[in-house]
Amino acid sequence: MSRSFVTLRSLEGFKFYGRKTIVHNLDPRAKALFITTVFVVSLLFTNLYVLLGLLTVHVPFLLAAGVLRRWVYSIRAGALLAGIIFFANLLTGSGVLPALALTVRFLVLLTTFSLFFMTTSPDDLGLALDRVGLVRWLSRRWLGFPNALSFTFTTAVRLVPTLAVDAQTVIDAQRSRGLELDKGNILRRIRNYVPILIPLLLVAIRRSLELAEALEARGFPGREDRTSLYELRLKPSDYLLVLGSSTVLAVSMWIFVIHPVLRLPF
Amino acid sequence: MILVEDVSFEYPSGRGEALSGVSVKFEPGEFVAVMGENGAGKTTLAKHLNGLLRPSSGRVLVDEEDTRRTSVARLARKVGLVFQNPDHLLFSETVRAEVAFALHNLGYAVKTIENQVEKTLGSLDLTRYADVSPFLLSGGERKRVALAAVLAWEPEYLILDEPTIGQDYLQKERLRNFIVQLNSQGKAVIIITHDVEFVAEAKPRVVLLSKGRVVGEGPADRVLSDADKVASASLVKPQIAKLFDQLSRFGFPRDVVDVHRAKQLLEDRLREVSVHV
Amino acid sequence: MDPSKTPKTILEARNLGFQYEGAEARALRGVNFGVERGEFVLLAGPSGCGKTTLCRCLNGLIPHFYPGVQEGEILVDGSNVTSMPTSEVSRKVGYVFQNPENQLFALTVEKDVAFGPENLGLPRSEIRERVDWAMGLTGTTELKNLAPYELSGGQQQRVALAGILAMKPSVVVMDEPTSFLDPVTAEEVMKAVADLRLEHGITVIVVEHRLDLVARYADRIIVMDSGKVVADGNVQDVLDGQFDQLTGLGVGVPRVSQLWAMLKRDGLVSGQTPKVVEAAAEKLGGKLST
Repeated sequence: MSRSFVTLRSLEGFKFYGRKTIVHNLDPRAKALFITTVFVVSLLFTNLYVLLGLLTVHVPFLLAAGVLRRWVYSIRAGALLAGIIFFANLLTGSGVLPALALTVRFLVLLTTFSLFFMTTSPDDLGLALDRVGLVRWLSRRWLGFPNALSFTFTTAVRLVPTLAVDAQTVIDAQRSRGLELDKGNILRRIRNYVPILIPLLLVAIRRSLELAEALEARGFPGREDRTSLYELRLKPSDYLLVLGSSTVLAVSMWIFVIHPVLRLPF
Repeated sequence: MILVEDVSFEYPSGRGEALSGVSVKFEPGEFVAVMGENGAGKTTLAKHLNGLLRPSSGRVLVDEEDTRRTSVARLARKVGLVFQNPDHLLFSETVRAEVAFALHNLGYAVKTIENQVEKTLGSLDLTRYADVSPFLLSGGERKRVALAAVLAWEPEYLILDEPTIGQDYLQKERLRNFIVQLNSQGKAVIIITHDVEFVAEAKPRVVLLSKGRVVGEGPADRVLSDADKVASASLVKPQIAKLFDQLSRFGFPRDVVDVHRAKQLLEDRLREVSVHV
Repeated sequence: MDPSKTPKTILEARNLGFQYEGAEARALRGVNFGVERGEFVLLAGPSGCGKTTLCRCLNGLIPHFYPGVQEGEILVDGSNVTSMPTSEVSRKVGYVFQNPENQLFALTVEKDVAFGPENLGLPRSEIRERVDWAMGLTGTTELKNLAPYELSGGQQQRVALAGILAMKPSVVVMDEPTSFLDPVTAEEVMKAVADLRLEHGITVIVVEHRLDLVARYADRIIVMDSGKVVADGNVQDVLDGQFDQLTGLGVGVPRVSQLWAMLKRDGLVSGQTPKVVEAAAEKLGGKLST
């Protein structure tokens, strides 16, 4: 019981939390560039202070978005893995500081993704995906329509709460037939999930098919030049973020390639 | 007997139907309909009867066993719950295997399982589909397989969640007859429904729920003809009851809800009238 | 009747037949009927009679989403839609499905209603207008920013209807739209549909098992059995003339009509079979007062 309690809480560190803050209003594409920058920089540098700096940079964002406490949940979730990374590196011969640096890198990545997902609504993400050229191109090649990929994403997100309820219903239905999920050895327990997974899969497929039918009945996929009610517009704050991120990214790459001596390795 | 004593319940997430001070009992061999609007707490109540949910306060006793202290698997032996959507249940390769599933879980002997499966398939007219995959069957047939899967172990209390949705008139008649048959075998049948017309004809005992509370209880004709009770549970009166409301000036009884009784009463009166003319 | 005032046929099925791929028998055979602009048609029949198959033919899901062999033709507003892709036919024929939940795909109600017009490539201002209009008509404006799973069944069904109306189709087909709804909500939704039809002249075809819900509003009924049309006409006429056939098929005739038929059989009453409670009360009241 307590184990599931912790797991569910830690997921909160990645779930979208609707609020009206500057961070929430930032264009998802700008935010995507930001986290990509963080990602790349954290991989390029192994210096503990650089990595700690990267982590600290997130704090004002977390505060502004009001998600500091939820971020702590995501850190708690990653605590186990972080510990493993630390001790694994320590035991394989690196010093304390390098091991620490690698652990912090992991936490930086965790933080940046957590921040992104907590402050970007799936709605906006879908809109963003709809606009990004690369996604549209891929979508056209794989699925035949430029908006199909972003659609798939939005629909998947929309179905998550519904399927969660379905999962619980399936579990209830099978328990009502005498299925005991917490009894038996590990092999038995795995086998006991078959009567849960199969109906869930089929219910999910049926729902998707019904949804597909309903969408076609409303003209999906529509024309090439289909319009949309809402659209993302870049604001001054977005330009600022994009500028800042790209500068940092450019400088980092320059240091890495041209002036290795500034890499400050450990 | 299933005894629900002053049960209150709330989902931890705060969402979903809650129950508040619900007290009701279900006797063996009875036919009861639990009715109310969507979200009234009908399904939540049903889940309390086989231990899927445990009350936050109050208790539920199934043949004197407290559900808070008994496992679902054990309670399921007595209380069978058939969910609304059969697809939440079906997973086996054949209908036969599907019907046998619960019997395996409940620890029946192999020979007994074989016999029970054949018997259940026969009673629901599914024998010809015994070796067919349940997924290849039509919606109505899958519903019957789900029912068979729960009837397999012949629970004393059978709960059906919205069994009449999407069924046509003949299918509902068949269901009604089936319930009568089960009752005659001493099995209690509890249906969760908002199909007022079906209940008006089948005339079970009715328990009315609204917003987690019991707002009415009694024989179908009394409860369904009570305007206040019906309105408080977001239901409508059956057509026949509405008709007799409009004919009240002729002195008919106020609790007429089914066609046959209506016909008798009107027949007698119309004959009287024609004699006087 | 003045020919220039003759209502125009808005939908016509000519010798329509269909067999699902891999099926042994045809689901539809030789279906012929015409629907006039502004009519409210009730499509009834036992389970498996072909009602849903017919609806799918009308909006193009057959044969594009459901492969099989199709015969005959369907005309909507004069043009032959039988081989048009679903996305085109859906502009003319809207479809509201039985399960309210699985029709809404977007993350908010507003975006869901906008979906259809977006697919049509309309300018943003027009989409905005249509969305507001459709939500106003269906009483769903306050639900604008809610997610589909936060809505009740009745709300979901009204939102689905709004999404269809926003496309301004000529005909709206509803396949057992109230199955999952409780009685009060079911009546509300049906009344909303009836009002829409009266005020805006939208043609409506509703598939329903329970006639008592729709008999009050429908002027025409088409009854099917085993893929064929076995009754087609004014609701009152069919109830009077083919009552036994209807009950034999398992069509859920209104209880008051059933009661009347039973009394009529015993010679205690005569005349038209009432299709709603008020009519039955009036007639019986009359008889009892003499």
